Amino acid sequence: MKIFNYRLVIFILSIIFGVVFSVPSFLQTDSGKKISLGLDLQGGLHMRLGVKTDEAVTSKIKSIATSIKYFADDEDVLIEDLGIRDDSVVFTVLDGDEIPKVDKMLEQIKGLNIVKNDLDFRINLTEEEAARTKDLAVSQAVETIRNRLDQFGLSEPTVIRQGPTAIVVELPGIKTQEDEKAARELISKPANLELMAVDEERADQVYTLSKGAAAEYGDVILEDTKDPSIKYLVKEIPILNGSQVIDAQVAFDQSNQAIINFTLNSSGARIFGDFTAKSVGKRLAVVLDGKVYSAPNIRERIGGGSGQISGGFTTVEAGNVAIALRSGALPASVELLEKRSVGPSLGADSIKASTIALVSGFLIVFIFMIVYYRNAGIIANIALVTNIFIIISVMAMFGATLTLPGMAGIVLTVGMAVDANVIIGERIRELLKQGVSIPKSIEDGYANAMSAILDANITTLLVAVILYAYGTGPIKGFAVTISIGILASMLTAILGTHGIYEALLPKIQKDKNLRKWFGIK
Amino acid sequence: MEIFKSGRVYDFMGKRIPFLGLSALLVIASLVLLLSKGVNFGIDFAGGTIVQVKYEQKAPINDIRNTLKATQYKNASITEFGSPEEVVIRITGSSSDLANDIGDEMHVLLKSTGDFEVRRVDIVGPKVGGELREKGIMALSLSLIVILVYVSFRFEWRFAVASIFALAHDVIIALGAISLFQVEVNLDILAAILTILGYSLNDTIIVFDRIREGVNTSKEAELEKVVNDSVSKTLSRTTLTSLTTFFVVITLFLFGGEIIHGFAFTMLVGVVVGTYSSIFVAASFLVQLKFSIANFRAKEAEKVKRQKEKDKMRAMYEQGTV
Repeated sequence: MKIFNYRLVIFILSIIFGVVFSVPSFLQTDSGKKISLGLDLQGGLHMRLGVKTDEAVTSKIKSIATSIKYFADDEDVLIEDLGIRDDSVVFTVLDGDEIPKVDKMLEQIKGLNIVKNDLDFRINLTEEEAARTKDLAVSQAVETIRNRLDQFGLSEPTVIRQGPTAIVVELPGIKTQEDEKAARELISKPANLELMAVDEERADQVYTLSKGAAAEYGDVILEDTKDPSIKYLVKEIPILNGSQVIDAQVAFDQSNQAIINFTLNSSGARIFGDFTAKSVGKRLAVVLDGKVYSAPNIRERIGGGSGQISGGFTTVEAGNVAIALRSGALPASVELLEKRSVGPSLGADSIKASTIALVSGFLIVFIFMIVYYRNAGIIANIALVTNIFIIISVMAMFGATLTLPGMAGIVLTVGMAVDANVIIGERIRELLKQGVSIPKSIEDGYANAMSAILDANITTLLVAVILYAYGTGPIKGFAVTISIGILASMLTAILGTHGIYEALLPKIQKDKNLRKWFGIK
Repeated sequence: MEIFKSGRVYDFMGKRIPFLGLSALLVIASLVLLLSKGVNFGIDFAGGTIVQVKYEQKAPINDIRNTLKATQYKNASITEFGSPEEVVIRITGSSSDLANDIGDEMHVLLKSTGDFEVRRVDIVGPKVGGELREKGIMALSLSLIVILVYVSFRFEWRFAVASIFALAHDVIIALGAISLFQVEVNLDILAAILTILGYSLNDTIIVFDRIREGVNTSKEAELEKVVNDSVSKTLSRTTLTSLTTFFVVITLFLFGGEIIHGFAFTMLVGVVVGTYSSIFVAASFLVQLKFSIANFRAKEAEKVKRQKEKDKMRAMYEQGTV
């Protein structure tokens, strides 16, 4: 008597695989790969953000203007009317002899479109450079947001780029509204630090000047962060920007107010030192995200490349601003395209409800199969249970996420996985009733059922693949569980049950009790 | 245990005209519903905002309504969600501002209405809504095309056309039910519809597979009789599988909670209609399309002949006689 056949051996191996690898998920052990719960089940925040990539181009142009200004000051090249018009830097060189010097400097910056008209320069980005800048802005934003969330101390944040301008941020396990709010603020803060010179010549006109008139002078009007009625007239081209900040820390001033100390890199420090040396007596505006935090008088040259931002922060605020500064500015601001937040209690409710549905649906199918098919039903049920173990194991191994629709997918697989055994069972019954011998009924039953099962499974699989390709988040989870379920059912319901029959065949033949074995008279 | 007496052949095709008539009626009714009442697109496709709130006591819906009336959310719709403690506030439009959240705002606005917890905030911007709608339509049409190609490849084109008819029948009636009960159409409903597609195709293919087998093995020349025989033989299987799936889906519907309600409802309709269509409708279409047994057999015979000739040629070639 041969009990072990290759089908049974494969089936037993798959049972072992299924049980072993699903243990960590079921028992939530510390070691081993576990199935991770989707945000809809464990609670958390899912956001899709859009990066306003046009802003990145504008800010790149602005930084080019800053370099030109620094170059001109440094090399004593006299230029005037340096400003930004429609995403182009414009300026006029006073002395034509100095144009080669300017050309040489501009050559070092890649991707520029330079239009010269006598002494007037007009510079903008080439199309490729603009596209590259936009692309870079998105990947930089991903990097920056990831850094910030890491430093904020959230567990397992996911930040991934999606398509040309979008970013998906997932924060599982955000428990409270406050945490969520803090995380959102941290993500959205541009943290664009600029040190700007106050236009002392026209400073007293600030309350009468219109925006347009200020722009004529190459100035902008900025508001004070605490009191919007206080306004400053500052030079549009910043002296320094946040890209030169290498560190930022919270500190406290004499009156125990939270302030932020920042440190500049070496080139920033040099520019800062040069500027402060030249501008003693003038004011320097510390601008964060377009608001003026303070505008102290420069009393002496500030070497060493450090400065501070004071402006009535709370300690928590100052901490978050420092994180944002350390992780760098967002190259362009982000907007919310989609947000789904699920509270932890709702997630727990969803798990409870779908587990009840899963267990009761499973039990009904289980009992029904035994009543209808007797021993054949028991064999089908063994395959069904194994199927569920395998789904859990495979999902755990690939780090797939179990979502609410994924749970529905498993529940549905339970309903559909018995299908193959029903088709086979009916075929076997048919043959037995025609008086065919038991071994031949089983063999032919499987053979006859095969093409129908394959066709049916392949089409369902095709639909699942399409669902995966076109679905988002939760729907993808549904497609994944259905696909794994179908593949697993081929292994368990077709191969596995066949193996069991083969092993039991001598017994069935001796018994000859068709009612007991197949549920027929 | 057996549901249907084995060996008995039911005359489905003899009654196909009344059944097709019933189907036509249901499909037309569904289309009328879809065109007149339309479907209630949820925020996944229409864009918008929903806030799900759970109170510690019975939710004071009127209070909430009155409180919000005085704010910019005066057009918000407030409905009970699953239990009397829970409500969902639906707002058309969405804010793209990341720092100021509507969940926080609701906390402040609704402070006076009692103790509650904001359990879910979903915001879908208009751009995303449009994108999801587009992807949904793509997924649905792509599925149909793939199925058409696959079934044509495996069977004969009439089988493919008949199965697509049957699928369209199921999907339209399911959509009709969604429209009738104004189920909110979100991504999960799309998933349900695509599942119905796969599920009902399962059923249909198993019946078709039997018909093809019948055509190939029996001597019966009349298609209607072959179809009756095949459908009758698969009847136990069709009802059994449908029953098990039905049981499972109904437990999802009853115990799955409010969030999965629409999904389970759609599946429920789909399982019932899908079962009906694979028994009564799909094969009827095949008969109506005048699938010819004689031609099919001739083609199969031709195929076998060609294969034989090939084998002969090969044998001759291998023996070196050519």
